[in-house]
Amino acid sequence: MEAVRTEALTKYYGRTRGIEHIDLTVRQGDFFGFIGPNGAGKSTTIRTLLGLIRPSGGRARIFGLDIAKERERILERVGYLPSEVSFYPNMRVRDVLKLSAGLRRRRCGETVGRLCERLRLDMAAKTDELSFGGRKKTAIVCALQHEPDLLILDEPTSGLDPLMQRAFFEILRERNEKGATIFLSSHILSEIQHNCDHAAIIREGRIIAAGSVEELSRSGARRVSIRGSAGCGALAGVKDLRVSPEGLDFLYSGDMKTLLSVLAEGNISDISITEPDLEEVFLHYYEKEGDEK
Amino acid sequence: MTIMNHELRQGRTAFVIWTAAVAFLLVICIFIYPEMQEDMDVMSRLFASMGSFTAAFGMDRLNFGTLMGFYAVECGNILGLGGAFFASFAGVSALAKEEKDRTAEFLLTHPVSRARVVTEKLAAVLIQITVMNFIILGLSLLSVRLIGEDIPRKEILLLHGAYYLLQLEFACICFGISAFLRRGGAGIGMGLAAVMYFLNLIANMTKHVGFLKYITPFGYCDGADILADGKLDAGLAAIGVLTACACVLAAYWRYTGKDIR
Repeated sequence: MEAVRTEALTKYYGRTRGIEHIDLTVRQGDFFGFIGPNGAGKSTTIRTLLGLIRPSGGRARIFGLDIAKERERILERVGYLPSEVSFYPNMRVRDVLKLSAGLRRRRCGETVGRLCERLRLDMAAKTDELSFGGRKKTAIVCALQHEPDLLILDEPTSGLDPLMQRAFFEILRERNEKGATIFLSSHILSEIQHNCDHAAIIREGRIIAAGSVEELSRSGARRVSIRGSAGCGALAGVKDLRVSPEGLDFLYSGDMKTLLSVLAEGNISDISITEPDLEEVFLHYYEKEGDEK
Repeated sequence: MTIMNHELRQGRTAFVIWTAAVAFLLVICIFIYPEMQEDMDVMSRLFASMGSFTAAFGMDRLNFGTLMGFYAVECGNILGLGGAFFASFAGVSALAKEEKDRTAEFLLTHPVSRARVVTEKLAAVLIQITVMNFIILGLSLLSVRLIGEDIPRKEILLLHGAYYLLQLEFACICFGISAFLRRGGAGIGMGLAAVMYFLNLIANMTKHVGFLKYITPFGYCDGADILADGKLDAGLAAIGVLTACACVLAAYWRYTGKDIR
């Protein structure tokens, strides 16, 4: 079954583009990455899925339920971590967690205790006095305490130190192993590469690539590093060219035979041609002209 | 009831401060009445000679020398303005503060319908106003008893009832406005209450703009009219109730279809 399915999901803010014709499928139990820089439409997609904003066109279903008609039933099964966390004034962490559980008509005391211990979150602390990381941890516990079937996380690690990030992803992996679907929006590509099974890349409100993280990393482009000199700079398909006294380094997505013939004419003492990592693939997609996938 | 209880807790400080301030001023006013009563002849003549100003506050139709005349002018203004400011503030903050403080994202990503949010927030505002009025009425009656005066039960209850209705109307109007705002609207709420108060003063000063009584909720709270007639103006009160209901419906309509950014 699909945890999330969108069909031509579109949102305009007046005349300003939010997202356009987003087709996205996230299978139940998947650890799904949603990649794009700020302003690409990640948060708009998430806010539409959560019913905070109404789509201008298209449709979306979560666990087969229509987001426009069955918002509350969907949200019973969803935990959400926003990128920017805000709480009501003059509340302690335990009050916020209790309020969140109360709004879900749940008692989550045991799970809350365990999560706070793992994330080293002081339940007696006042939220107004917490650091950004502390507020983020409070929001993480809010999102996880009712053990949701789908976790939607928008830039979840900003504000968390490396130790806490590790603890957080451990918890996510445990939840994922128990069957929860994770929808992780991020512009930190290593996070996606290390944790996600599938991912989609969004650019200017449109999905430009989607698939397994392995497939995405296995795009046609290759990272080419040369010690010596060769006339590769003018070749079609060369991106991210870096020239140093020792040699050349670039991302290549053109014809391989042409590259090899140019290299053969060059003065080369060493060469490596490797698959780029996700970050390079991401840049590759972002630097492409047009909207071809 | 989780949202309502949360709202009551969040609004506790403002509620206590406004209730204490209005009650304190009202009690002080009642306690200075016996002292002022001794000079009341002079004061009544003074007030009667102030022309439009006298009419604005209804002092041309009230006997300032009686407890109820004094109460309707002095305590009525305190209760009217103080109560209207608090009701407007509570109403206009209720929904708008969630977007202003960016807590709407927290609240509305829980499995609660927007209609439930509106209902429970409105209930919290109305409860605060009701409790505030009960406390003030209780302290007021106690103070009248303490200065040794008989309690003119019907007149006092009519005056307090009118101001309670006025506060409910302001709260509902501002609650409706709140659903359309993305930022805090305390200034709008308080400003509206102040403008309506002055419209009533203007309507009292000249009959040419008597129609203003149909616009401002203070129109049906005029102490001189209430004491003279022994009842509220049902027509003006009905306009108030209908306006309040329309604003609440507008709040439901707007908030349930609104994009939360």
